[in-house]
Amino acid sequence: MTFLATIGAFFLAFFAQTGRLSVFVGQTLAAMLRPPIYFRIIGQQIIRIGYFSLPVVALTSFFTGGALAIQIYYGGNQFNSEAIVSSIVALGITRELGPVLGGLMVAGRVSAAIAAEIGTMRVTEQIDALTTLSTDPHKYLVAPRVIAATLCMPILALIADIIGIFGGFVVGTQSFGFNAAIYVQRTINFLTVDDVTSGLIKAAVFGFIIAMMGCYNGYYSKGGAQGVGRATTNAVVSASILILAANYLMTSLLFSS
Amino acid sequence: MTAKIALSDVHKSFGPKDVLRGVNLEVETGQSIVVIGGSGSGKSVMLKSILGLLTPDKGSIKIDGRETVGLARRGRADIDHQIGMLFQNGALFDSLPVWKNVAFRAIQNDGMDEAGARDLAVDALKQVELGPELLDLSPASLSGGMHKRVGLARAIASKPEIIFFDEPTTGLDPIMTDVINHLIRDCVQELGATTMTITHDMTSVRAIADKTALLYKGEIIWQGSTEALEASDDPFLNQFINGLAHGPIEVEGQQLDTTPNAEAV
Repeated sequence: MTFLATIGAFFLAFFAQTGRLSVFVGQTLAAMLRPPIYFRIIGQQIIRIGYFSLPVVALTSFFTGGALAIQIYYGGNQFNSEAIVSSIVALGITRELGPVLGGLMVAGRVSAAIAAEIGTMRVTEQIDALTTLSTDPHKYLVAPRVIAATLCMPILALIADIIGIFGGFVVGTQSFGFNAAIYVQRTINFLTVDDVTSGLIKAAVFGFIIAMMGCYNGYYSKGGAQGVGRATTNAVVSASILILAANYLMTSLLFSS
Repeated sequence: MTAKIALSDVHKSFGPKDVLRGVNLEVETGQSIVVIGGSGSGKSVMLKSILGLLTPDKGSIKIDGRETVGLARRGRADIDHQIGMLFQNGALFDSLPVWKNVAFRAIQNDGMDEAGARDLAVDALKQVELGPELLDLSPASLSGGMHKRVGLARAIASKPEIIFFDEPTTGLDPIMTDVINHLIRDCVQELGATTMTITHDMTSVRAIADKTALLYKGEIIWQGSTEALEASDDPFLNQFINGLAHGPIEVEGQQLDTTPNAEAV
């Protein structure tokens, strides 16, 4: 009986959490569409989420592009590796690694920061103060962060694509002696617009997930400093898992048709 | 005459814990009521229910005769506009300087420009005896007493008809406690506002209350004027206002033995 009760309690908690998250997402979407829209706060969040994430995303994609080039070169040396390194690096970076690794890095940085900030506001009653000052916390706190992250992530992914491909180019031309002009030409010839846009669509969804998880976990944090710490951890873990799950779903949808 | 704030049979539970168990309370226009009670008696839950931050499970809360229970946030907008609130720790927004905190409602809801908002903040700070040199400071750089005073300035800046104070003197030294109590009294008299203060500080009660109510185990068990408070022989009230460890009030989940000479047994 205790075993069954434990299973029951687990599922009840799971469904309660799912329901609360769904309501939270619904309230946020409604807040995003209804005026007033806080353009100034959106601008500030674009700087914090987008601009300050650039170094992390750039370094990650550069080294990933380089490592990918090495793997493909040695893994495919029985084939014509010079021909395939450029194309597979370009394809791998734009379709998968740019948006996914960029998303995971931004999740670590931004979800945690959002959850800590909003969580601290929750436990110090600043969110209650917003409400009593006739300001909707979803509009003032959540919507600007979600809009900013959703707008910034495709731009970050595009930058990650360019720098990742450049990483592969540097390794290919400097370590393996590939001809630079031919490498660039093959990359351009092989890549299609769809490869890039599919990655950018994914990145926009990842941006939405990152901000939403940060805001949700921060908004419902309780129990002082420990609660804020727990919210921060949960935000990063849940955002990372959802990014990988959403990536699988979107890859299935975008490339199976 | 319709009461400014009227609570009738208000219940609120969290899981199996019944926090409010039928609160009945009326506050007249212009009256300063202080709700006292021990930790965990339900004071903050009652206050949050009136503010619409929590929804009661049962009962009625009327402000100016208008039912607020079940009212959507947007429906509350005109009620919220006439309310000011001083939170226990000030709840100032860390990301904004003092002047934006004080003039927050005017900036966000009335679209007031920067010059107007700064003037408004200067006036509100003056009312709590603070100078304009604080305007551009961050809340993090303020002392505890200043934090409370800036919070009070924010609460009164929009000249509300009703002001709530949640433990306004908690954590302050006796001198600052007296300063805050006088500021509350002066500001309220100047505005002619109706106020509700939640506290367990009897100095505050004597300084600011027209009427006092004792909340115990989620129910108002005594209410009356400040004169009646001092003259009352209610055992619960006497134990609370005199700060006695022994008496009918249970302390934090422990039932104290209230029989005479219990300590000697």
